[in-house]
Amino acid sequence: MKLPRLLGVPSWLTFMVLPAIACAATWDVDALMRGLAKYEGGRARFVETKTIALLDKPVVSSGELLYTPPARLEKRTLKPRQEVMLLDGDQLSLERGKQKLSIRLSDQPEALAFVDSLRGTLSGNKAALEKTYKLHLAGTEEHWTLDLLPDDQRIATFVLRITFGGSHNRVEWIRYLQADGDSSVMTIEPIEGK
Amino acid sequence: MNHTGGRAALIPILIWLLGLTTCVVIVSRSHFTADMSAFLPQRPSASQQLLVEQLREGNLSRLLLVGIEGVDGADRARLSKALAARLVASGEFTGVQNGDAAALAKDREILLSYRYLLSPAVTSERFSVAGLHQAIADSIDLLASPAGLMIKSLLPRDPTGELMELLGGLDAGNGPATDHDIWVSRDGQRALLMAQTAAAGSDTDGQERAVTRLRADFAAAAAALGIADAHVLVSGAPVFSVSARATIKGEVERLAIISAVGIVAVLLLAYRSGTALVLGLLPVLSGALAGIAAVALGFGSVHGLTVGFGTTLIGEAVDYSIYYFVQSQDSTEADWRARFWPTIRLGVLTSLCGFASLLFSGFPGLAQLGLYSMSGLVVAAAVTRFVLPRLRPRGFRIRDTSGVGRAFAPLLIALGHLRWVAFALALVALAILFVQRDHIWNTRLADLSPMSPALLQLDQSLRNDLGSPDQGYLVVIVAPTRAGALASAERVADRLQPLVARGAIGGFETPTRFLPSEATQATRRAALPERAELAARLKQALAGLPLRAERLTAFLDDVEAAKSQPSLDAERLRGSTLGLAVDSMLLQRPAGWSVLMPLRMPATGKIDAVAIRAALADETDALYVDLGEESNRLYADYLTEAIWLSLAGFVAITVLLGVTLRSATRLLHVLAPLVLAVLLVMAGLALASERLTLLHLVGLLLTVAVGSNYALFFDGCDAVGDPRTLTSLIVANTTTVIGFGALATSAVPVLHAIGITVGPGAILALLLSAMLAGRPTIKGTV
Repeated sequence: MKLPRLLGVPSWLTFMVLPAIACAATWDVDALMRGLAKYEGGRARFVETKTIALLDKPVVSSGELLYTPPARLEKRTLKPRQEVMLLDGDQLSLERGKQKLSIRLSDQPEALAFVDSLRGTLSGNKAALEKTYKLHLAGTEEHWTLDLLPDDQRIATFVLRITFGGSHNRVEWIRYLQADGDSSVMTIEPIEGK
Repeated sequence: MNHTGGRAALIPILIWLLGLTTCVVIVSRSHFTADMSAFLPQRPSASQQLLVEQLREGNLSRLLLVGIEGVDGADRARLSKALAARLVASGEFTGVQNGDAAALAKDREILLSYRYLLSPAVTSERFSVAGLHQAIADSIDLLASPAGLMIKSLLPRDPTGELMELLGGLDAGNGPATDHDIWVSRDGQRALLMAQTAAAGSDTDGQERAVTRLRADFAAAAAALGIADAHVLVSGAPVFSVSARATIKGEVERLAIISAVGIVAVLLLAYRSGTALVLGLLPVLSGALAGIAAVALGFGSVHGLTVGFGTTLIGEAVDYSIYYFVQSQDSTEADWRARFWPTIRLGVLTSLCGFASLLFSGFPGLAQLGLYSMSGLVVAAAVTRFVLPRLRPRGFRIRDTSGVGRAFAPLLIALGHLRWVAFALALVALAILFVQRDHIWNTRLADLSPMSPALLQLDQSLRNDLGSPDQGYLVVIVAPTRAGALASAERVADRLQPLVARGAIGGFETPTRFLPSEATQATRRAALPERAELAARLKQALAGLPLRAERLTAFLDDVEAAKSQPSLDAERLRGSTLGLAVDSMLLQRPAGWSVLMPLRMPATGKIDAVAIRAALADETDALYVDLGEESNRLYADYLTEAIWLSLAGFVAITVLLGVTLRSATRLLHVLAPLVLAVLLVMAGLALASERLTLLHLVGLLLTVAVGSNYALFFDGCDAVGDPRTLTSLIVANTTTVIGFGALATSAVPVLHAIGITVGPGAILALLLSAMLAGRPTIKGTV
């Protein structure tokens, strides 16, 4: 009982602080990516709010997301209009009423870089993200934000910054800040169970 | 020179020389073609005519597909752009596309500035207050979508989303991929270009110039940019016709040399006399020249293959002089004329009966062959009969060649005892043909094409890369005017649209997507309100929407401009990818216009032809065409026709021989070897799994023509018994087999087909004639 007192450090503090230090030392982009990579996919509800200067009020859309790692992402918009966007490998397709649009991402390097920001983050693929973006992590493991700043001038002409926010290995929101000042925020809330 | 006879003897020679000169003049002025469409059926039915025309003159016949490989993406892009610039500057091409961003920008600019005349959504309802409200609300909803990013900047100009309406109808997923702002293949390893030659599809010289120019420009562009490792791939119809002509030309030259060397060697061996050789070739050369001249006069142009066929004619025409020299060795001219000439004459007439049947074929290539052979044989025989004796130096004799005949006679006599074998073989042949009866004839037109599989494979791969729609299924529209053609195309498009929804077809292309008819453009223009009116409606339409009218001034400007804008025409589209698309579907024809609307395969993989025909039932000027099936069916029809014509030719030969020989036994002796030879050749080819085409049929006719000479000699002149006659037949047969044996080695299917039929056929005809001739008597010595 004498030794801790002599050192002037309360023993409970030792026990409290040491794990915290150990934890802080490993909480970085790599740790986040490792955590994200473990995510096995699933369903989530989303609400997306786009603020567009042209319009007097934001456009809000909502629906479901279905993510199957590492490359398949389905975005099912239910409101205001039914629409399905499917991202699968190299193929991005959009089905809206009678209209169907399908592009090969490899044809469109800008779109690919844009899509990769989403896919790279969801699957925790740091190398893919760093090809196009500078990564900047802030916050704690419980409340982290990851900023993606495009390196490529062509991508920077339409998006200034993409920010992911979340807790542990879950992405809770994504915010796009476009070059013209318009922005969009998507909040994501998992639907439990199958 | 010592000639037999006096001044009168010169007359045939003068006539001959005059004839030759005339032929030389005609041939030197005639036009030689090599496009395969000359071997396509030609009958005055609108759709068939159109198909042939399309192959000869249509835009597809002028489209070159180009790939650049071997260097990295950036260098490929630089080369692609440099090559495109050079091609445009060369003047050999009317259009060059490489997916260059600048060209795409031009397309986009046209679509954007003409969107109110092009969009099918433009109606007066669309521009009512309710319609505007709905359309603008839709666009605002679209902003919420991932696609919103694409339209945001356009929204103030195009709040009703007409450009999206147009682009949504385009095949965004099917076009070529792009990289470094140019078209590339799916795997990204090949840059792609499309170039349209200024020369028409039938102008093989012009197309050859364009292809050569393209390769030279590529080399120059690569050199100028300092890119060493790149290479260029070129395909498309112009390459096909240039290569076909080169292949045929090369083959004809090669075969002519081989057979000429072989035949000259045999003749020298037989005659041991240069004089006889030169004289002996005169009938052949005169015949070939006359044949080409006759075809040039009769058809306006001569197909390369017809000339190639000339080498085959040598096979039979050279026989005449052989008969003349060998048979007249120890007799006077008068003797030969009395004893042998009637038999040769009958042989010539028999051949003429056979070839005359080809003249009636609706297949232009066959008719050319018929005329060529007939005029060639007549001239060769006439030169042998009337000119050779007068050119022959007095007292000239070739050496005694009867030894050959004497050596072979016992063999043939022995064979004569085996005639039951011939009949047994014939029964076997009949059995084989009966078993194989459904597989004897080849009805696929494509198998006559001289294209190498490698060339076809390259073409397919470039076509896949470019995502060009399958050209196999078309709706064809014929109309007297361009406006009428476009109006019809719009009606047909309306009828096809429900079929796409039902899955009967996967989709379709129409020129009216980018070039609507004048009437449709006028209707759309009329649906646009005046500026003040539109502004008033817009104010009401925007009620409840988060968009204020003052942000849409650009929309008012654009609609006002569209209201007074002249209609979009072909001239405005020129140089754009859209223009190329329209040009490939809207064609000017000698009489009027036609529209080709390619159909796409539905997901089921089977086009519903019945549904398409039903949908088009009321459109009398529109026709659904399954190109592959159609051309194969047409070809099969012509094959059937040719088979019947050949049978008719055979009947004519039988009648001719019956009338001349006046003896059923002799008729049998002459006909039986010919029929058996034909049966055995057909059975042999069937056993070798070689399916018979039109050209095999021609070969069989030739077999009968050549063989009839043999049979007549064995029958009328006792060839087995007379060593000289037998020698003449053996030498003649050898030259024939050399000529056709050379053809059989050809890579060009049509030439190969004739060679592989006549070569064995001639030998069989000789042997069978000997075996089946009347009882031979042996003359001891001469």
